[in-house]
Amino acid sequence: MTSSRREFLKSSATVAAVGFAANLASPRFAGAAAPASRFADDALRIAPTVGDPAIRELVLSAVDAAKRAGASYADARISQNRSRTLATRERRVQNLSDNETLGCGIRVLVDGTWGFAATRELTADAIARTARIAVAQAKANRRTQVAPVQLAPVTPTPNGTWSSPIKIDPFTVAIEDQVALLLRANEAALGVAGVRFVNSAMFFLREEKTFASTDGTVTVQTIYRAQPSVTVTAVSADNSDFQSRQSTDVQPHGLGYEHVLDAKLVENAPRWGAEAVEKLKAKSVDVGRYDLVLHPSHLWLTIHESVAHPTELDRALGYEANYAGTSFVAPPQKVLGKLKYGPEIMNVQGNRNEAGSLGAIGWDDEGVAPETFDIIRKGVVVDYQTTREQAGELAWWYQQQGKPVRSHGNSYAQSWADVQFQRMPNVSLLPGDKDLMYEDLISATDRGIAIVGDGSFSIDQQRYNSQFGGQLFYEIRGGKIVGMLKDVAYQIRTPEFWGAMDMLGGKRSYELGGAFGDGKGQPAQSNAVSHGCPPTRHRQINIINTGRKA
Amino acid sequence: MSHRLRADSSPRGLLEPARVLSQAEAESLAKRIVGFSQADSCRVSIGSSARGNTRFAVNQVSTSGDNEDVSIRVRVTVGKKIGAATTNRIDDAALRQVVQTAERIARLQPDDPELMPELGAQQYISVDAFHAATAAAEPQQRADIVAKVTAASRAAGTSATGYLEVVTSANAIANSAGLFAYHRSTDCAFTTTVRTTDGAGSGWAGAASRDIGAIDGAALAVTAIEKARRSLNAVAVEPGRYTVVLEPTAVGNLVQLMAFATNARQADEGRSFFSKAGGGNKIGLKVVDERVSLRSDPQDLLAPGVPFDGDGLPTRKVNWIENGVVRELGYDRFWAQKQSVSPVVLPGCLQMAGGSQSVQEMIASTERGILVTRFWYIRPVDPRTILYTGLTRDGTFLIERGRVTKAIKNLRFNESPVFLLNNIEALGNVERVSASESGSAGVPIVVPAIKSRDFMFTSLSDAV
Repeated sequence: MTSSRREFLKSSATVAAVGFAANLASPRFAGAAAPASRFADDALRIAPTVGDPAIRELVLSAVDAAKRAGASYADARISQNRSRTLATRERRVQNLSDNETLGCGIRVLVDGTWGFAATRELTADAIARTARIAVAQAKANRRTQVAPVQLAPVTPTPNGTWSSPIKIDPFTVAIEDQVALLLRANEAALGVAGVRFVNSAMFFLREEKTFASTDGTVTVQTIYRAQPSVTVTAVSADNSDFQSRQSTDVQPHGLGYEHVLDAKLVENAPRWGAEAVEKLKAKSVDVGRYDLVLHPSHLWLTIHESVAHPTELDRALGYEANYAGTSFVAPPQKVLGKLKYGPEIMNVQGNRNEAGSLGAIGWDDEGVAPETFDIIRKGVVVDYQTTREQAGELAWWYQQQGKPVRSHGNSYAQSWADVQFQRMPNVSLLPGDKDLMYEDLISATDRGIAIVGDGSFSIDQQRYNSQFGGQLFYEIRGGKIVGMLKDVAYQIRTPEFWGAMDMLGGKRSYELGGAFGDGKGQPAQSNAVSHGCPPTRHRQINIINTGRKA
Repeated sequence: MSHRLRADSSPRGLLEPARVLSQAEAESLAKRIVGFSQADSCRVSIGSSARGNTRFAVNQVSTSGDNEDVSIRVRVTVGKKIGAATTNRIDDAALRQVVQTAERIARLQPDDPELMPELGAQQYISVDAFHAATAAAEPQQRADIVAKVTAASRAAGTSATGYLEVVTSANAIANSAGLFAYHRSTDCAFTTTVRTTDGAGSGWAGAASRDIGAIDGAALAVTAIEKARRSLNAVAVEPGRYTVVLEPTAVGNLVQLMAFATNARQADEGRSFFSKAGGGNKIGLKVVDERVSLRSDPQDLLAPGVPFDGDGLPTRKVNWIENGVVRELGYDRFWAQKQSVSPVVLPGCLQMAGGSQSVQEMIASTERGILVTRFWYIRPVDPRTILYTGLTRDGTFLIERGRVTKAIKNLRFNESPVFLLNNIEALGNVERVSASESGSAGVPIVVPAIKSRDFMFTSLSDAV
């Protein structure tokens, strides 16, 4: 699920391990000329640099201490997360904050039961004590054990390094240039008649992570993420209506500051403003069944909720029943190779290597080199997302398929303070063979609605029934867009919705969308994930009208 | 590392109680940091926490975790410019650096036209939210509570999944104008979802308290197992408008959404349910049934809040809605000054007044309706009416002729707490609920069960 932006903060000083863009709306943005690097902000790096020999020594000492305390398996992660949050409204900077958090998390297996403890104190003594706490915790938990944890084999990586493919480190760009860019974008939107408010923001993250395990793996990774965004609000003259347009055509990416520049916020802001104003006068939708043409900037979220989450193996096995839920794609014995999810043109893959994606990494949080794997092939479910703990559950299936039993590399923790568990990689809908674009799908549609941008979203705990809004809705008549609509949401049952897909775009129409706030687990952790997709068309989908009078 | 915080300089014993910064430690640390600043003003916000959790699934502990952390946020002003930086390292070199970072960011900013001066020393109400036994809870104690549920579920032939979280935290604020504030609290939340092994039934139970001793694992197991069994053989009903009997958790799920919308500035700017047609806001107008009163009282014993906000401003009891009429909205210091009113800050808790009907009495007086255990995946659809969508989950039943007659399939709603609270038929006794979606302790909330008419369900879900 994507987490609510409003889980009400209890107090002002909540200790969030990582300030993942909870305060950011939805990202998208455009830039101006490349800012000069007037000073190297990176001189600010004050913690010991992750990747230096002292950190390597500490992370290895954590693993050793856990073994000495009685763990049969242990892994440790030391990470330093550096983030910047910049938020503005109209002509004012609301918040500009640089944040860092550094610490070590240690996971142990004792007689097949997990324990995990974490500390912000990076001394040999503190780390040894934390390892012992993790082992003691595992021993306390053992009394409830029904079946011991067994880990699928992994090929050790004794000395691995990986870094996100960025061009400009956002922390080396002059802060005043970042501020000026957002304020210029705001000004450009405010120049549109009828626009009353503009919020804009940038969020950047750099995570430097060192991992070691008793399998002999030591990896060092530097992961970047960037999310620019603008939200424009128009209010009618008599205050009777207000409508917002979020810049959802700009998605967050696993890139550097070049993503902000490429987003052309200043150039796009007047269009977003004009679209917000146009929504005030848009026709309220008539309820009924329509053919839907879904733009990739919208569809990624529907894929996230209705395809990516149901194919998480921990959900299918019941492990997330108390919060994120279970899955209709279960039990594995009854669905693998059998359950028809959609038509033959539907092919879905998991990967952690799409260029610029949020899920791209070198190794996951248990030292597994991830692979690209089919989840849905020709409309049929053929695999799940897995970790080392889970892969053995599918041994019967992999043997049948002539494949080794190994994890797909889908283990992740949001920070050093959190335990890793199964989180989705990028889960992407592959483009079709025909070279079709979004416009071609509209031309082929007689009576329908085209939806651009992600909006409201909600889905049940087994991923059957969901409801999605959007940013912009257009009425299609006779292959042409004839006007804007508002108050639109579609309600679907997952298998029928994908079963009703009869067209999808080709390679040139494929785009990456995504989110920082993919929530799962207890305590809830935020995963960052991208979903690539072409535009699609779905026949005869139920549309409701969400406008009511108070 | 020259300072004397035990958190850094002397290791605590293996199973010594979780600890957070004491008032003296926090004050000494905060003042040292303020002393590093050359800026015109400096504010330091410290969050110190010890968190422990135990998860279970399929009748056994799956994962668990313990961590301690400190967050230091420094906010400085240079002229009318503001800068901020955060770290979790508390050695002197790191603290000097975080101050310098905040100061450098401030110098690179445009002037802030909404800058308010730092507050001087303040007087705070006393909020009793700390429970020593909770702060002392160890992994073994968490495992013992969890084992009551896993054992009961194994005996019942069902499958239990759940989560126990225990948090101890201390928050402090100090600034260069002489303000110092400190507050310490504990919180526990325990939730469990029990499913029948055929996957056809699911039941939930949950509780939240600052006292771990008030979390009764055995009682929650009984409720969740019973609901899972009763929810078998669910039948479909037509979506549409129904009279609903909402258990307190379901009420908490929806009513807290109203509190999120009580921002005066949004209302005055014309982009809120609380905006008045023609301009201004709805303070003084009746918006819901006259039996509805909604307040945030930080000294409430069941659901204590916090004594100060992020600026160090003292909190007090706020009456959002009294007898159906909007009495107060939230004003930050800038907007309050601009509108010539006093600031009104959210005290981090919410209480709704109740009535005297039991859930059984509400059911008995219902000809045809739906009994809801809780709602889930609740997301905003239209801020003009505080309209949200979401689904029922883990125990949804049909009421016919004054009796619960059968389990029904889950339903999606598109509804607003505004309409729900206008259509009230009866209110029950209040209780503290665990109404956060994720099962974390969340905002302490006290609400009654409610019977309300014309609740809008828009589609059916096959999810169990």
